[in-house]
Amino acid sequence: MVDIIVFLISAAIILGGAAGVIASNHPVHAALSLVATFFGVAVLFVQQSAHFLALVQVVVYAGAIVVLFLFVIMLLGVDETEDLTVEPLGGQRQLAGILGVLVLGLILGGLFVAGPGGDRGALALTGQQSKTLPIELDESESDVQLLAEDLFTRNVVAFEATALLLTIATVGAVVLVRNQGGEDVVVDEPGTASA
Amino acid sequence: MEVTATWYLILSALLFTMGLVGLLVRRNPLIMFMCVELMLNAVNISFVAFSGALNDVAGRTAVFFVLVVAAAEVVVGLSLVVALMRRRPTLTADDLTALRG
Repeated sequence: MVDIIVFLISAAIILGGAAGVIASNHPVHAALSLVATFFGVAVLFVQQSAHFLALVQVVVYAGAIVVLFLFVIMLLGVDETEDLTVEPLGGQRQLAGILGVLVLGLILGGLFVAGPGGDRGALALTGQQSKTLPIELDESESDVQLLAEDLFTRNVVAFEATALLLTIATVGAVVLVRNQGGEDVVVDEPGTASA
Repeated sequence: MEVTATWYLILSALLFTMGLVGLLVRRNPLIMFMCVELMLNAVNISFVAFSGALNDVAGRTAVFFVLVVAAAEVVVGLSLVVALMRRRPTLTADDLTALRG
């Protein structure tokens, strides 16, 4: 019973936050709604006893990524309200709404109806054993231990590749925002300013 | 009645659709990035739900990698936005026509 209440409250927070992101006319409000969504997802992770992922969700998403968004919004000075009542492309919202309904129907259809041979679609999977020998979730073992076991044995190459990916992303960010023309960069150093 | 994987998957589908519609409707690149994050989170929810239902930790490993890729994507995307803002005053996806044929 508590499970259901927790799920419903966090689902409301998640969907409300998502609605806030797509409907707010101020970028800062959208970023703060995004925080609500991330916290709701973290609660759902805790509910499924994925404690480490919940922690990482809060630190990386709600911490780093949203702060990065807010930083860029403030830095660029784009924190102005946007008029959402005008619709520059005629019929875009209607088409997007229709496409959204279709995609939702497709996913839910795949969940409940479709699937080769199975009468319950993707949900039929949950009754079967997966093909690769699963490292089974044991509630007595800690979540971090299981994840580390999988990460550093079966997925160690992918793990190293992510290290490379993060390095490339960092270098790419520096290269992209570097001031290439060298125009009007005023270095305000106290030692040289008075001279 | 208890919370099963189905509940999480339905929530995930709803969140993914909202992110998709937002991505199509909004024209501020920052908000479009936020909508991409919503879609990634929807996928994370379903990964963890399947991980629990199949009793396999691989789904959680996938979530870990999605987190890393999302962080890298945001870093590069936002630096692109900063680089674009240096060239033009307004931040609207409609104005980015430099690649038009």
